[in-house]
Amino acid sequence: MTSLTATAIVCSVRPHGEHGAIVRMLTAEAGLLPGYVQGGRSTRMRPVLIPGNIVRGAFRARTADQLASLSVELEHSRGPLLSEPLPAAAIDWTCAFTAASLPEGHPYPALYSAMSAVLDAVEAAPAARGWAVALVRYELLVLAELGFGLDLSECAVTGARAELVYVSPRSGRAVSEAGAGLHKARLLRLPPFLTEGGEAAWDDILLGFALTGHFIERDLVDPRRAEMLAARERLIERLKRAVA
Amino acid sequence: MSSPEIDALTQALARLPGLGPRSARRAVLHLLQRRDTALVPLLRALESVQERMVHCSICGNVDTIDPCGICADPRRDGRALCVVEDVADLWALEKSRLFPGRFHVLGGRLSALDGVRPEDLAIAPLVQRVAAGGIDEVVLAMNATLEGQTTAHYIAERLESYPVRLTQLAHGVPVGGELDYLDEGTLAQALRARRPIG
Repeated sequence: MTSLTATAIVCSVRPHGEHGAIVRMLTAEAGLLPGYVQGGRSTRMRPVLIPGNIVRGAFRARTADQLASLSVELEHSRGPLLSEPLPAAAIDWTCAFTAASLPEGHPYPALYSAMSAVLDAVEAAPAARGWAVALVRYELLVLAELGFGLDLSECAVTGARAELVYVSPRSGRAVSEAGAGLHKARLLRLPPFLTEGGEAAWDDILLGFALTGHFIERDLVDPRRAEMLAARERLIERLKRAVA
Repeated sequence: MSSPEIDALTQALARLPGLGPRSARRAVLHLLQRRDTALVPLLRALESVQERMVHCSICGNVDTIDPCGICADPRRDGRALCVVEDVADLWALEKSRLFPGRFHVLGGRLSALDGVRPEDLAIAPLVQRVAAGGIDEVVLAMNATLEGQTTAHYIAERLESYPVRLTQLAHGVPVGGELDYLDEGTLAQALRARRPIG
């Protein structure tokens, strides 16, 4: 018998049978874990099993390979955010991206902390700028944790550590203004907040999404699930409309 | 032991929602024992629906006529349009007989994980219906789930340029519900949507 009781973030909920649901939750201890919730589609459980909610999940399985049975208790609901277009789109993408990208059963404590921070920011920030930067950083962190991290420490051409303004779309390494030479048009723009930190303008945030979007599409998303990126596009379109 | 035909019928029934192998066997036995009063009428009804079932070309409802009974009903208020995810939602609302207007069935909801995009749903025909005029109010009756609400927000954006009133079903305390048993998300929604009394 293997069991785990942990605080977790609900990432995806799929109906199973007539009344049950298979729920994937991100835990700090064991990463993304699936579990079968009996009665997961009941009126009592539906408000609990909303992606983005924080729950106390108890996983129980006879063997490590078996789909665990899962009992869930709500710790914090983000349900009220569903009525707001931008936060709902952000939660939708963050949870779907996490559920689709991470392998099950591998602990990623940094990702758990980062995802919690993004969702907390979505909930607490009065404006989208407060959490959009965190979401770009979260996407970068997912890429890095899964082995597709960008090297933004120095210029791939000159070795310079300053004035890094581009990223190679092939290698994912930073390129400085001087190193870009005649290839500027083919490089991705690197917004300064990703190397220097600090506040980010909307244009820079959108550049950040363009940067991470290229590598997410190339390295993380299975071509058979490319439609998933439509949720990300809708989020970015909504952000553009919000700042226009 | 039963014949292959009866086994096939049992298996077919067992695949229906709400029925498992045991209840399917009971249903089959019931049909066989009441051939004239249960089996034959059921067979006729199934054949009739199979031959005549169509999706309404206007709203997407399932009926045996096109346009469906709701779209063809002249007593319906054509100025109010209720958008639902599935036919089951339409039937649930219709059963209550509370909505006097017409419906539009999307055929699902936007889903990042399932890869359901706006093009996969009947959103373009909805926009065409609204653009054609004659509609004053569009009620977005999506489920109160993340995907349902994402779909509602998307449709609201698509329709915001048209001169229609966009409304949404209320979220909050269910009729007969006790506050003590409600989750904090539902309570927060209910508090947010509170209204003056009297």
